[in-house]
Amino acid sequence: MMIVAQGLEQTFSSAGRPLTVLRDIDLGVEPQGFVAIVGPSGSGKTTLLGLLAGLDRPSAGSVTLDGRNLNHLTEDQRARFRAENVGFVFQAFQLIPTLTALENVLVPIELRGAMRDGGAARAEQRAIRLLERVGLADRIHHYPAQLSGGEQQRVAIARAFAGDPKILFADEPTGNLDADTGRAVIDLLVELNREARATLVLVTHDPELARRARRVIRLSGGRIVSDTPTSPVS
Amino acid sequence: MARREGRGGRRRLALYMSSITLGVAAVVAINSFRKNVTAAISGQAREVLGADLELSSRRAFDSIIQGVLDSTARSGVPVSRVTSFASMALATRSGGTRLVEVRAIEGGYPYYGAIETEPAEAWADLASGRNALVDPAVLIQLNAAVGDTLAVGDARFVIRGAVLKYPGDIAIRTAIGPRVYIPDAYLGDTQLLRTGSLARYFAYLKIEPPAEVQRFLNRHNQTFRQHNVGYDTVAERESELTNSLDILARFLGLVGLVALLLGGVGVASAVNVFAREKLEIAAILRCLGATQGTVFSIYLLQAGAMGLLGAAAGVVIGVLAQWQLPRLLADLLPIAVPVGVDYSSIVVGLGIGVWVAVVFALLPLLSIRDVSPLAAIRRDFDPAAPVPWSQRITAYVAIAGSILALSLWQAPRMTGIPFAGGVAATTLLLWISASLLTRGLRRFFPRRARYEVRQGVANLFRPHNQTTAVTLAVGFGIFLIATLYVVQRNLLDQLELDAQPDRPNLVLFDIQRDQIDGARAVLRERGIQRLQETPIVTARIAAINGQTVQQLLTAPDGYRRARWALRREYRNTYRDTLVATEELVAGAWWDTQSAAAAAEAAGRPAGTSAAPAAISVEQDLAQELAISIGDRITWDVQGIQIETQIASLRRVTWARFEPNFFVVFAPGVLNAAPHSFVVLTRVSDRTVRAEVQRDLVLRYPNIAAVDLTLLQETLDSVLGSVSLSIRFMALFSIVSGLLVLIGAIATTRFQRMRESVLLKTLGASQRQIIGITLTEYSALGALAGLTGVLLAGVAGWALMRFFFEVPFRLPSIPLGALAVGAALITMVVGLANSWSVFGRTPLAVLREMGE
Repeated sequence: MMIVAQGLEQTFSSAGRPLTVLRDIDLGVEPQGFVAIVGPSGSGKTTLLGLLAGLDRPSAGSVTLDGRNLNHLTEDQRARFRAENVGFVFQAFQLIPTLTALENVLVPIELRGAMRDGGAARAEQRAIRLLERVGLADRIHHYPAQLSGGEQQRVAIARAFAGDPKILFADEPTGNLDADTGRAVIDLLVELNREARATLVLVTHDPELARRARRVIRLSGGRIVSDTPTSPVS
Repeated sequence: MARREGRGGRRRLALYMSSITLGVAAVVAINSFRKNVTAAISGQAREVLGADLELSSRRAFDSIIQGVLDSTARSGVPVSRVTSFASMALATRSGGTRLVEVRAIEGGYPYYGAIETEPAEAWADLASGRNALVDPAVLIQLNAAVGDTLAVGDARFVIRGAVLKYPGDIAIRTAIGPRVYIPDAYLGDTQLLRTGSLARYFAYLKIEPPAEVQRFLNRHNQTFRQHNVGYDTVAERESELTNSLDILARFLGLVGLVALLLGGVGVASAVNVFAREKLEIAAILRCLGATQGTVFSIYLLQAGAMGLLGAAAGVVIGVLAQWQLPRLLADLLPIAVPVGVDYSSIVVGLGIGVWVAVVFALLPLLSIRDVSPLAAIRRDFDPAAPVPWSQRITAYVAIAGSILALSLWQAPRMTGIPFAGGVAATTLLLWISASLLTRGLRRFFPRRARYEVRQGVANLFRPHNQTTAVTLAVGFGIFLIATLYVVQRNLLDQLELDAQPDRPNLVLFDIQRDQIDGARAVLRERGIQRLQETPIVTARIAAINGQTVQQLLTAPDGYRRARWALRREYRNTYRDTLVATEELVAGAWWDTQSAAAAAEAAGRPAGTSAAPAAISVEQDLAQELAISIGDRITWDVQGIQIETQIASLRRVTWARFEPNFFVVFAPGVLNAAPHSFVVLTRVSDRTVRAEVQRDLVLRYPNIAAVDLTLLQETLDSVLGSVSLSIRFMALFSIVSGLLVLIGAIATTRFQRMRESVLLKTLGASQRQIIGITLTEYSALGALAGLTGVLLAGVAGWALMRFFFEVPFRLPSIPLGALAVGAALITMVVGLANSWSVFGRTPLAVLREMGE
């Protein structure tokens, strides 16, 4: 299993009272699997994604990625693990506004230290190839503010694959885009994921998007209410 | 609408508010203090003078002036006399000696204001016998006590008590020349007032009502002038005091003004961020039909309102701070300054605060004015339209004009323009170095460095960087501190006697001709070398180019020559060489040997000549007297007229404790004139130094010994006292700078946190994020500190060279430490700004940011 979650539970304190947003989550994702997590707003989708990606520590339970139990890792070790194994695509793009498109794509490679020892030229080549792949060959030196939403998300996708990740997490990647642009972005995401042979976990409330996954996990009130395989459209 | 729109983002604007606060506080404090001082002086002017009229002369009042005083006294006007001169005082029990200022008192002076003594009635008893009252410093320095015998010249007095407060005296004065008060009746016994001794003679009159003073002066003005008697009235003393304290207060005000201008920088950088955040809202307002003017005024009003709030807080701090000023300046103030709330200063402070806030907000707000309504509907549209040049220039002119106006208003007389120029130059240079840094880094980017370093360095020139704001804030603060330090250090260096073994530390004045051999013997006995022995001949100018001083003063072009220079008593010398502190700037130095040969050939004894004697004049004096090479000066050397001709002009470095002279005569002509000697020696051992002084005073009471190390300590404390008050005002600027720094960094806090969280999400370790932050802020701080320190070096050099006219030395190690300190502080503030990101999970930070 690439991803294993056991007995996950997450509780926040809200206005002085404990508020449990996730409980009894057990799931496993195969290598190169494509899972969509769906559910209404407030069902705990994004919280689950954060826990699976090691962005937060669960109140109870554990997450194991590629055989490493995240509970046993320090904050820095988890960061290191992410740098080497995980890619992200966010709803709000989350590009660093002070970096150009190329520089944004380079960040994961830089963080792994892959730019040293003569790796710089190779890394830059790779980043440029990725940007060309997402159709932004003529935009590589633009800052995020100079790009449209769809273009920004394509930079984010290029960035997600730059580190050659084993797992890719995407949080409502089309949420801020119009239908056409969103569809194009998803096509790109799925295609690149197939090429990269990565495991893809997608959070969405778009049923059409969810249908493209091979498996749909439905959340409600912080619990898994269904976990069904689909027959992928593409 | 401006109020409603301002509901959001208030917390961030509070920072902008605080940057103006301390500047306003400084201005309010110093101006209230000025007002209070002026009010105090006009309330206490008579106490400061101690009488209604003071007459003074450098010679004993002659029979005609005596006649005027006697007849005035007979008419019922109380008249007192005070004779003041410098002399050595010796406490016979302890053997302690010190140069003091002796004041011989006769009559009921002071008529106004009280002299406080310990014991309380000592002043009234002074005239009852051979009594002396002394400044407390005399007791300490002579190691004497009340009841001890004090030798002044040939007379002996019993110390009856200490004078704690004397009208019109400033505390620091007694450190320079502590006073000994004796009854005038025994002045003659001292045998100190021979011809040629330097003494000041005062007469104090109590004339009532005040209108009578002018009538008295009108009647006797002519006589006073003819007999070189000066006078001072209460009104004159009041305006002199007001002027000099006003200058002091205004100088301090300038230091405070820097705080205000730094606040302006803070406003500009805060409003810049504020404006960027408001662009979208401004675009929506424009969409809904608001005109450019409406949008602009909404935000300008908000800026003004925030400025008002900031200024109000500043007024409160300023009013509190001014309680501290009279205490800090106590040693320099001749009067007690009551602390009161001055309402006009408060109003002015508020006005200036709002004005600075608005003017510095103009430029960043112009981008809001020109926002395109399109930005509201197209998210990807870059809303920041470039501000047209015409508006930009208007804003710059408004800022420059405001700085100039504020400087002229606050600065003493003509220093306003150089001050504004200095501020502008410093700002410009800091700005240039910031932009050079950003450009330089972009061009010479350290591509091979570690990722943290590259990312940190890149943050310095990427969009929305803080390089300029931080460089200005930190650079200006460091520049101020460093300049103050450089000036103080260099002035004190001049007095560092121990560091320079060839410099004298004991100067003996007023050694008479018949005493010089004896004095040499005293020094020889103790194995002390004389470093320099200079003859001194006192003289006055009788005529220039055949015109008498009286004619020159009344001539139509008389204004060209300075009165003081024509009337003063000169202490001249003669020698055949230039000394180390002099430099010839025009003419030729006399060749003694060839002159002697020529005289011999003419059959006259060497040193006598029918031709006028050659003299060399100090260049500034020559300018004051409007004379140059070839002009003739007739000197009155104690009754004998001597004809001289100017052979050369010299530049003199006055700042050293060595006898320097306005006029140097060629050897020969003055040899026979009555003269005294100044002897310079160096005695390293403190005890020996004290013993030599005691031996000399016992043998020759008229000789004045100045222990330069003592003088150095005194000046140290005077400078210390002055710089303490300057530092107090500079504190406002420094804290302002720090606030602006914190503000500038905090304005990007949100953005920085997002970036850091994102980097963490993508896999950056804590060490990497700290590394990026450290690189960025240490580079920023180091640049700002270094630039500030370098500019301070240049400013210090210029001040030393042109204003104080003493040699300059760069105290590089302390300045280096200051630059390092600036880098460290910036780093700490930068790290603190990102602190919440460190050691937390990315989601926790994101949740917090969302709240």
